[in-house]
Amino acid sequence: MSKQRFGQTPSQTVGPFFHFGLPYEGDSNLITGDAQGQRIVVEGKVMDGAGEPVPDVLIEIWQANAAGKYDHPEDTQDKPVDEGFHGFGRCATDKEGVFRFQTVKPGTVPGPGNTLQAPHLVTFVFGRGMLKQLLTRIYFEDEAHNANDPVLGLVPDARRATLIARKTNSSAYTLNIVLQGEGETVFFDY
Amino acid sequence: MADVIPYNREEKSAQPSSLYLPYKSTEFRAPKQPLVILPHTLSEVTGPVYGHGRMLPVDADLTKQHAGEPLGERIIVSGKLLDENGRPVPNTLIEIWQCNAAGRYIHARDQHPAPLDPNFSGAGRVVTDAKGNYKFTSIKPGAYPWRNHPNAWRPAHIHFSMFGPSFINRLVTQMYFPGDPLFAFDPIYQSITDEKARERMVSRFDMDSTIPEWALGYKFDIVLRGRNATPMEH
Repeated sequence: MSKQRFGQTPSQTVGPFFHFGLPYEGDSNLITGDAQGQRIVVEGKVMDGAGEPVPDVLIEIWQANAAGKYDHPEDTQDKPVDEGFHGFGRCATDKEGVFRFQTVKPGTVPGPGNTLQAPHLVTFVFGRGMLKQLLTRIYFEDEAHNANDPVLGLVPDARRATLIARKTNSSAYTLNIVLQGEGETVFFDY
Repeated sequence: MADVIPYNREEKSAQPSSLYLPYKSTEFRAPKQPLVILPHTLSEVTGPVYGHGRMLPVDADLTKQHAGEPLGERIIVSGKLLDENGRPVPNTLIEIWQCNAAGRYIHARDQHPAPLDPNFSGAGRVVTDAKGNYKFTSIKPGAYPWRNHPNAWRPAHIHFSMFGPSFINRLVTQMYFPGDPLFAFDPIYQSITDEKARERMVSRFDMDSTIPEWALGYKFDIVLRGRNATPMEH
Protein backbone atom coordinates (compact mmCIF):
# COMPACT_ATOMS: atom_id res chain seq x y z
CA MET A 1 0.00 0.00 0.00
CA SER A 2 1.30 3.44 -0.89
CA LYS A 3 2.48 5.53 2.05
CA GLN A 4 1.93 8.74 0.14
CA ARG A 5 -0.59 11.03 1.78
CA PHE A 6 -3.00 12.89 -0.43
CA GLY A 7 -4.27 16.20 0.91
CA GLN A 8 -7.98 16.59 1.58
CA THR A 9 -9.96 18.52 -1.00
CA PRO A 10 -11.21 21.74 0.65
CA SER A 11 -14.89 22.33 1.31
CA GLN A 12 -16.75 25.19 -0.40
CA THR A 13 -20.24 26.57 0.11
CA VAL A 14 -23.21 25.05 -1.71
CA GLY A 15 -24.11 28.66 -2.56
CA PRO A 16 -27.63 30.00 -3.14
CA PHE A 17 -28.44 27.99 -6.26
CA PHE A 18 -28.23 24.34 -5.17
CA HIS A 19 -31.99 23.83 -5.48
CA PHE A 20 -31.88 22.45 -9.00
CA GLY A 21 -28.88 20.23 -8.21
CA LEU A 22 -29.43 18.54 -4.87
CA PRO A 23 -33.08 18.20 -3.81
CA TYR A 24 -35.05 15.39 -5.43
CA GLU A 25 -38.66 14.29 -5.30
CA GLY A 26 -39.53 12.67 -2.00
CA ASP A 27 -36.15 13.51 -0.48
CA SER A 28 -37.54 14.49 2.92
CA ASN A 29 -39.62 11.33 3.31
CA LEU A 30 -37.34 8.55 4.52
CA ILE A 31 -40.07 5.94 4.48
CA THR A 32 -39.61 4.21 1.16
CA GLY A 33 -41.67 1.10 1.80
CA ASP A 34 -43.35 -0.82 4.55
CA ALA A 35 -41.01 0.52 7.25
CA GLN A 36 -41.09 -0.89 10.78
CA GLY A 37 -41.45 1.35 13.79
CA GLN A 38 -43.17 4.52 14.87
CA ARG A 39 -43.74 7.01 12.06
CA ILE A 40 -42.85 10.53 13.10
CA VAL A 41 -42.49 14.02 11.69
CA VAL A 42 -39.41 16.02 12.66
CA GLU A 43 -39.58 19.69 11.83
CA GLY A 44 -38.05 22.98 12.77
CA LYS A 45 -36.87 26.34 11.64
CA VAL A 46 -33.32 27.40 10.83
CA MET A 47 -32.38 30.82 12.26
CA ASP A 48 -29.29 32.97 11.73
CA GLY A 49 -27.32 35.24 14.06
CA ALA A 50 -29.46 38.23 13.12
CA GLY A 51 -32.55 36.36 14.34
CA GLU A 52 -33.83 35.87 10.78
CA PRO A 53 -35.14 32.61 9.36
CA VAL A 54 -32.78 31.05 6.82
CA PRO A 55 -34.66 30.18 3.63
CA ASP A 56 -31.76 28.75 1.67
CA VAL A 57 -30.09 25.97 3.61
CA LEU A 58 -30.15 22.25 2.97
CA ILE A 59 -30.50 19.81 5.85
CA GLU A 60 -29.41 16.19 5.50
CA ILE A 61 -30.08 13.48 8.06
CA TRP A 62 -28.74 9.96 8.54
CA GLN A 63 -30.20 7.58 11.08
CA ALA A 64 -30.64 4.00 12.21
CA ASN A 65 -33.89 2.14 11.61
CA ALA A 66 -36.42 1.41 14.34
CA ALA A 67 -34.39 -1.60 15.49
CA GLY A 68 -31.26 0.54 15.90
CA LYS A 69 -29.50 -0.83 12.82
CA TYR A 70 -27.73 1.28 10.20
CA ASP A 71 -28.12 0.14 6.61
CA HIS A 72 -24.36 -0.01 6.09
CA PRO A 73 -21.78 -2.83 5.91
CA GLU A 74 -19.89 -1.60 8.99
CA ASP A 75 -22.93 -2.05 11.21
CA THR A 76 -22.33 -5.69 12.17
CA GLN A 77 -24.97 -5.83 14.92
CA ASP A 78 -27.28 -8.81 14.83
CA LYS A 79 -30.33 -6.67 14.10
CA PRO A 80 -32.55 -6.64 11.01
CA VAL A 81 -32.08 -4.27 8.06
CA ASP A 82 -35.43 -2.78 7.03
CA GLU A 83 -36.16 -3.01 3.31
CA GLY A 84 -38.58 -0.11 3.59
CA PHE A 85 -36.19 2.22 5.33
CA HIS A 86 -32.62 3.15 4.45
CA GLY A 87 -32.06 6.12 6.76
CA PHE A 88 -31.03 9.06 4.56
CA GLY A 89 -33.07 12.21 3.95
CA ARG A 90 -32.58 15.67 2.54
CA CYS A 91 -34.70 18.81 2.90
CA ALA A 92 -34.19 22.36 1.63
CA THR A 93 -35.71 24.96 3.95
CA ASP A 94 -38.72 26.87 2.64
CA LYS A 95 -39.25 30.65 2.53
CA GLU A 96 -39.86 30.69 6.28
CA GLY A 97 -36.71 28.70 7.02
CA VAL A 98 -38.70 25.57 7.84
CA PHE A 99 -37.58 21.99 7.27
CA ARG A 100 -39.71 18.91 7.76
CA PHE A 101 -38.86 15.20 7.60
CA GLN A 102 -41.16 12.21 7.61
CA THR A 103 -39.33 9.29 9.11
CA VAL A 104 -39.43 6.60 11.81
CA LYS A 105 -38.09 6.97 15.30
CA PRO A 106 -34.65 5.37 15.30
CA GLY A 107 -33.67 2.74 17.87
CA THR A 108 -30.71 2.96 20.22
CA VAL A 109 -27.29 2.23 18.71
CA PRO A 110 -23.97 1.27 20.30
CA GLY A 111 -21.61 4.01 21.44
CA PRO A 112 -17.95 3.93 22.45
CA GLY A 113 -17.01 1.20 24.91
CA ASN A 114 -20.12 -0.43 26.29
CA THR A 115 -22.27 2.66 26.09
CA LEU A 116 -25.58 2.97 24.32
CA GLN A 117 -26.48 6.02 22.23
CA ALA A 118 -30.00 7.35 22.63
CA PRO A 119 -32.09 7.56 19.43
CA HIS A 120 -30.80 10.42 17.29
CA LEU A 121 -30.54 11.80 13.77
CA VAL A 122 -27.06 12.72 12.52
CA THR A 123 -27.65 16.11 10.92
CA PHE A 124 -25.67 18.19 8.43
CA VAL A 125 -26.51 21.80 7.56
CA PHE A 126 -25.31 23.22 4.23
CA GLY A 127 -25.92 26.75 2.98
CA ARG A 128 -24.93 29.96 1.34
CA GLY A 129 -22.56 31.77 3.69
CA MET A 130 -21.44 28.42 5.07
CA LEU A 131 -18.03 27.54 3.68
CA LYS A 132 -18.29 24.08 5.19
CA GLN A 133 -21.25 22.09 6.41
CA LEU A 134 -22.08 22.06 10.11
CA LEU A 135 -22.64 18.78 11.96
CA THR A 136 -25.22 18.49 14.71
CA ARG A 137 -27.61 15.85 16.09
CA ILE A 138 -31.32 15.74 16.79
CA TYR A 139 -32.37 13.76 19.88
CA PHE A 140 -35.92 13.23 21.25
CA GLU A 141 -37.11 14.54 24.60
CA ASP A 142 -39.12 11.46 25.51
CA GLU A 143 -36.16 9.06 25.53
CA ALA A 144 -34.85 7.83 28.88
CA HIS A 145 -31.52 6.91 27.25
CA ASN A 146 -30.72 10.60 26.77
CA ALA A 147 -29.53 10.70 30.39
CA ASN A 148 -26.65 8.32 29.64
CA ASP A 149 -25.94 9.20 26.03
CA PRO A 150 -22.15 9.46 25.56
CA VAL A 151 -22.37 12.31 23.03
CA LEU A 152 -24.88 14.40 24.99
CA GLY A 153 -22.49 13.82 27.89
CA LEU A 154 -19.80 15.78 26.01
CA VAL A 155 -22.04 18.82 25.72
CA PRO A 156 -22.13 21.46 28.50
CA ASP A 157 -25.37 21.10 30.49
CA ALA A 158 -26.62 24.54 29.59
CA ARG A 159 -26.42 23.85 25.86
CA ARG A 160 -27.74 20.28 25.78
CA ALA A 161 -31.34 21.34 25.13
CA THR A 162 -30.30 22.72 21.73
CA LEU A 163 -29.96 19.11 20.55
CA ILE A 164 -33.21 17.72 21.93
CA ALA A 165 -36.43 17.95 19.92
CA ARG A 166 -39.63 18.67 21.84
CA LYS A 167 -42.64 16.46 21.35
CA THR A 168 -45.55 18.47 19.97
CA ASN A 169 -48.02 15.59 19.62
CA SER A 170 -47.96 11.80 19.66
CA SER A 171 -45.99 11.61 16.42
CA ALA A 172 -44.35 14.99 15.88
CA TYR A 173 -41.18 16.58 17.18
CA THR A 174 -39.82 20.06 16.70
CA LEU A 175 -36.35 21.54 17.05
CA ASN A 176 -35.03 24.81 15.70
CA ILE A 177 -31.48 25.00 14.41
CA VAL A 178 -29.86 28.27 15.44
CA LEU A 179 -26.69 28.92 13.47
CA GLN A 180 -25.43 31.68 15.73
CA GLY A 181 -26.29 33.75 18.79
CA GLU A 182 -28.73 33.20 21.63
CA GLY A 183 -29.70 29.55 21.87
CA GLU A 184 -27.02 28.66 19.36
CA THR A 185 -27.24 24.99 18.40
CA VAL A 186 -24.35 22.78 19.44
CA PHE A 187 -22.25 21.91 16.41
CA PHE A 188 -19.52 19.30 16.41
CA ASP A 189 -15.90 19.23 15.32
CA TYR A 190 -15.70 15.84 13.72
CA MET B 1 -19.62 -4.70 19.73
CA ALA B 2 -16.06 -3.57 19.03
CA ASP B 3 -15.36 0.12 18.82
CA VAL B 4 -15.43 1.58 15.36
CA ILE B 5 -12.38 2.60 13.33
CA PRO B 6 -12.41 6.38 13.20
CA TYR B 7 -11.65 8.47 10.14
CA ASN B 8 -8.89 11.08 10.08
CA ARG B 9 -9.90 14.45 11.43
CA GLU B 10 -10.30 17.54 9.32
CA GLU B 11 -7.01 18.80 7.85
CA LYS B 12 -7.29 22.28 9.36
CA SER B 13 -5.08 24.05 6.81
CA ALA B 14 -7.07 22.56 3.93
CA GLN B 15 -10.49 23.53 5.23
CA PRO B 16 -12.08 26.96 5.57
CA SER B 17 -13.14 28.57 8.82
CA SER B 18 -16.89 28.98 9.13
CA LEU B 19 -16.32 32.68 9.70
CA TYR B 20 -14.43 34.41 6.89
CA LEU B 21 -15.52 38.03 6.79
CA PRO B 22 -14.40 38.85 3.23
CA TYR B 23 -17.28 36.48 2.32
CA LYS B 24 -19.99 38.64 3.90
CA SER B 25 -22.73 36.03 4.27
CA THR B 26 -20.60 34.13 6.78
CA GLU B 27 -21.09 36.92 9.32
CA PHE B 28 -24.43 35.71 10.70
CA ARG B 29 -24.18 32.06 9.71
CA ALA B 30 -20.98 30.97 11.46
CA PRO B 31 -21.32 29.54 14.99
CA LYS B 32 -19.77 31.68 17.74
CA GLN B 33 -19.67 28.98 20.38
CA PRO B 34 -16.78 26.51 20.29
CA LEU B 35 -17.50 23.29 18.41
CA VAL B 36 -17.79 20.21 20.62
CA ILE B 37 -15.19 17.61 19.64
CA LEU B 38 -16.98 14.44 18.59
CA PRO B 39 -15.26 11.05 18.61
CA HIS B 40 -16.50 9.01 15.66
CA THR B 41 -19.15 6.46 16.61
CA LEU B 42 -21.12 3.96 14.56
CA SER B 43 -23.42 6.86 13.63
CA GLU B 44 -20.60 8.72 11.87
CA VAL B 45 -18.69 5.88 10.22
CA THR B 46 -21.82 4.58 8.54
CA GLY B 47 -23.74 6.50 5.90
CA PRO B 48 -25.98 6.20 2.87
CA VAL B 49 -24.11 3.91 0.51
CA TYR B 50 -27.05 2.31 -1.24
CA GLY B 51 -30.11 3.40 -3.09
CA HIS B 52 -29.11 6.42 -5.13
CA GLY B 53 -31.64 5.35 -7.71
CA ARG B 54 -31.07 4.31 -11.27
CA MET B 55 -28.54 6.37 -13.23
CA LEU B 56 -29.20 7.19 -16.85
CA PRO B 57 -26.46 8.16 -19.31
CA VAL B 58 -27.95 11.67 -19.66
CA ASP B 59 -27.45 12.18 -15.92
CA ALA B 60 -23.71 12.39 -16.61
CA ASP B 61 -24.01 14.24 -19.94
CA LEU B 62 -25.37 17.72 -19.34
CA THR B 63 -25.25 18.46 -23.09
CA LYS B 64 -27.86 15.77 -23.84
CA GLN B 65 -30.66 16.67 -21.46
CA HIS B 66 -32.71 18.70 -23.96
CA ALA B 67 -33.77 18.54 -27.60
CA GLY B 68 -30.90 20.70 -28.82
CA GLU B 69 -27.25 21.32 -28.00
CA PRO B 70 -26.42 23.91 -25.35
CA LEU B 71 -24.26 26.89 -26.31
CA GLY B 72 -20.71 27.10 -25.03
CA GLU B 73 -17.40 25.28 -24.98
CA ARG B 74 -18.02 21.54 -24.69
CA ILE B 75 -15.93 20.00 -21.88
CA ILE B 76 -15.30 16.57 -20.42
CA VAL B 77 -14.54 16.63 -16.71
CA SER B 78 -13.15 13.40 -15.34
CA GLY B 79 -11.06 12.22 -12.45
CA LYS B 80 -10.77 9.92 -9.49
CA LEU B 81 -12.38 9.99 -6.10
CA LEU B 82 -9.71 8.95 -3.58
CA ASP B 83 -9.06 8.96 0.13
CA GLU B 84 -5.99 10.41 1.81
CA ASN B 85 -4.16 7.09 1.45
CA GLY B 86 -4.71 7.16 -2.28
CA ARG B 87 -7.27 4.39 -2.17
CA PRO B 88 -10.06 4.76 -4.73
CA VAL B 89 -13.58 5.40 -3.44
CA PRO B 90 -15.80 3.19 -5.62
CA ASN B 91 -19.58 3.10 -6.14
CA THR B 92 -20.40 6.42 -4.58
CA LEU B 93 -22.62 9.24 -5.75
CA ILE B 94 -21.26 12.51 -7.13
CA GLU B 95 -23.75 15.29 -7.86
CA ILE B 96 -22.83 18.43 -9.79
CA TRP B 97 -24.54 21.70 -10.65
CA GLN B 98 -23.39 24.77 -12.54
CA CYS B 99 -24.48 27.87 -14.46
CA ASN B 100 -24.56 28.02 -18.25
CA ALA B 101 -21.90 29.39 -20.61
CA ALA B 102 -23.25 32.92 -20.14
CA GLY B 103 -22.93 32.74 -16.36
CA ARG B 104 -26.65 32.26 -15.60
CA TYR B 105 -28.15 29.58 -13.35
CA ILE B 106 -31.51 28.04 -14.10
CA HIS B 107 -32.78 29.25 -10.72
CA ALA B 108 -35.56 31.70 -9.94
CA ARG B 109 -33.35 33.64 -7.56
CA ASP B 110 -30.59 34.21 -10.13
CA GLN B 111 -31.33 37.67 -11.51
CA HIS B 112 -28.07 38.12 -13.47
CA PRO B 113 -29.18 39.66 -16.81
CA ALA B 114 -27.44 37.04 -18.93
CA PRO B 115 -29.45 34.74 -21.16
CA LEU B 116 -30.82 31.38 -20.08
CA ASP B 117 -30.11 28.53 -22.45
CA PRO B 118 -33.20 26.44 -23.24
CA ASN B 119 -30.92 23.51 -23.94
CA PHE B 120 -29.04 23.58 -20.67
CA SER B 121 -30.20 22.87 -17.11
CA GLY B 122 -26.82 22.38 -15.45
CA ALA B 123 -27.36 19.50 -13.02
CA GLY B 124 -25.83 16.04 -13.27
CA ARG B 125 -25.07 12.94 -11.25
CA VAL B 126 -22.85 9.92 -11.63
CA VAL B 127 -21.69 6.97 -9.53
CA THR B 128 -17.93 6.30 -9.38
CA ASP B 129 -16.81 3.02 -10.94
CA ALA B 130 -14.95 0.20 -9.17
CA LYS B 131 -11.68 2.18 -9.44
CA GLY B 132 -13.15 5.46 -8.19
CA ASN B 133 -13.32 7.02 -11.66
CA TYR B 134 -16.05 9.41 -12.75
CA LYS B 135 -16.75 11.40 -15.91
CA PHE B 136 -19.14 14.20 -16.86
CA THR B 137 -19.73 15.89 -20.19
CA SER B 138 -20.88 19.51 -19.96
CA ILE B 139 -20.16 23.00 -21.21
CA LYS B 140 -17.75 25.39 -19.57
CA PRO B 141 -19.65 27.59 -17.09
CA GLY B 142 -19.26 31.35 -17.33
CA ALA B 143 -18.11 33.77 -14.64
CA TYR B 144 -20.93 35.77 -13.05
CA PRO B 145 -21.36 38.83 -10.84
CA TRP B 146 -22.60 38.70 -7.25
CA ARG B 147 -23.23 41.30 -4.58
CA ASN B 148 -20.62 40.44 -1.97
CA HIS B 149 -18.64 43.64 -2.64
CA PRO B 150 -18.49 46.23 -5.44
CA ASN B 151 -17.74 44.64 -8.81
CA ALA B 152 -17.60 41.14 -7.35
CA TRP B 153 -17.39 38.24 -9.82
CA ARG B 154 -17.22 34.52 -9.17
CA PRO B 155 -14.59 32.63 -11.14
CA ALA B 156 -16.08 29.93 -13.36
CA HIS B 157 -16.83 26.85 -11.26
CA ILE B 158 -18.80 23.64 -11.05
CA HIS B 159 -20.33 22.62 -7.70
CA PHE B 160 -19.43 19.05 -6.65
CA SER B 161 -21.17 17.03 -3.90
CA MET B 162 -19.70 13.71 -2.73
CA PHE B 163 -20.87 10.99 -0.34
CA GLY B 164 -18.14 8.36 0.12
CA PRO B 165 -18.09 5.34 2.43
CA SER B 166 -19.43 7.12 5.54
CA PHE B 167 -21.44 10.22 6.44
CA ILE B 168 -18.22 11.72 7.86
CA ASN B 169 -16.81 11.72 4.32
CA ARG B 170 -19.56 13.99 3.05
CA LEU B 171 -17.97 16.80 1.05
CA VAL B 172 -19.30 19.66 -1.03
CA THR B 173 -16.77 21.69 -2.97
CA GLN B 174 -16.35 23.73 -6.14
CA MET B 175 -14.13 22.84 -9.08
CA TYR B 176 -12.37 25.75 -10.76
CA PHE B 177 -10.59 26.10 -14.11
CA PRO B 178 -6.84 26.68 -14.42
CA GLY B 179 -5.48 30.20 -14.72
CA ASP B 180 -8.70 32.06 -13.91
CA PRO B 181 -7.86 35.78 -13.45
CA LEU B 182 -10.68 36.08 -10.89
CA PHE B 183 -9.04 33.81 -8.29
CA ALA B 184 -7.23 36.71 -6.61
CA PHE B 185 -10.50 38.60 -6.10
CA ASP B 186 -12.81 35.79 -5.01
CA PRO B 187 -13.34 35.45 -1.23
CA ILE B 188 -14.89 32.00 -1.56
CA TYR B 189 -11.81 30.64 -3.33
CA GLN B 190 -9.52 32.62 -1.01
CA SER B 191 -11.30 31.29 2.10
CA ILE B 192 -8.84 28.40 1.85
CA THR B 193 -5.86 30.28 3.18
CA ASP B 194 -3.24 27.62 2.43
CA GLU B 195 -2.19 28.10 -1.19
CA LYS B 196 -1.35 24.45 -1.85
CA ALA B 197 -4.68 23.30 -0.45
CA ARG B 198 -6.52 25.99 -2.43
CA GLU B 199 -4.99 24.75 -5.66
CA ARG B 200 -6.46 21.30 -5.03
CA MET B 201 -9.77 22.81 -6.15
CA VAL B 202 -8.39 23.80 -9.55
CA SER B 203 -8.82 21.26 -12.35
CA ARG B 204 -6.05 20.83 -14.90
CA PHE B 205 -6.39 20.92 -18.65
CA ASP B 206 -5.74 17.43 -20.02
CA MET B 207 -4.91 16.74 -23.64
CA ASP B 208 -5.30 12.97 -23.17
CA SER B 209 -9.00 13.25 -22.36
CA THR B 210 -9.55 15.98 -24.94
CA ILE B 211 -11.51 14.55 -27.85
CA PRO B 212 -10.36 15.82 -31.27
CA GLU B 213 -12.85 18.13 -32.94
CA TRP B 214 -15.30 17.63 -30.09
CA ALA B 215 -14.50 18.62 -26.47
CA LEU B 216 -11.77 19.89 -24.14
CA GLY B 217 -10.70 17.59 -21.31
CA TYR B 218 -10.24 18.68 -17.69
CA LYS B 219 -9.02 16.44 -14.86
CA PHE B 220 -10.20 16.90 -11.29
CA ASP B 221 -9.28 14.38 -8.58
CA ILE B 222 -11.11 14.68 -5.27
CA VAL B 223 -9.66 13.50 -1.96
CA LEU B 224 -11.92 12.51 0.95
CA ARG B 225 -10.78 11.74 4.48
CA GLY B 226 -9.07 8.39 4.93
CA ARG B 227 -8.32 6.27 7.96
CA ASN B 228 -5.38 4.35 9.25
CA ALA B 229 -6.90 0.90 9.27
CA THR B 230 -9.53 -0.85 7.22
CA PRO B 231 -12.52 -2.60 8.74
CA MET B 232 -12.76 -6.37 8.44
CA GLU B 233 -14.05 -7.59 5.11
CA HIS B 234 -17.39 -9.35 5.23
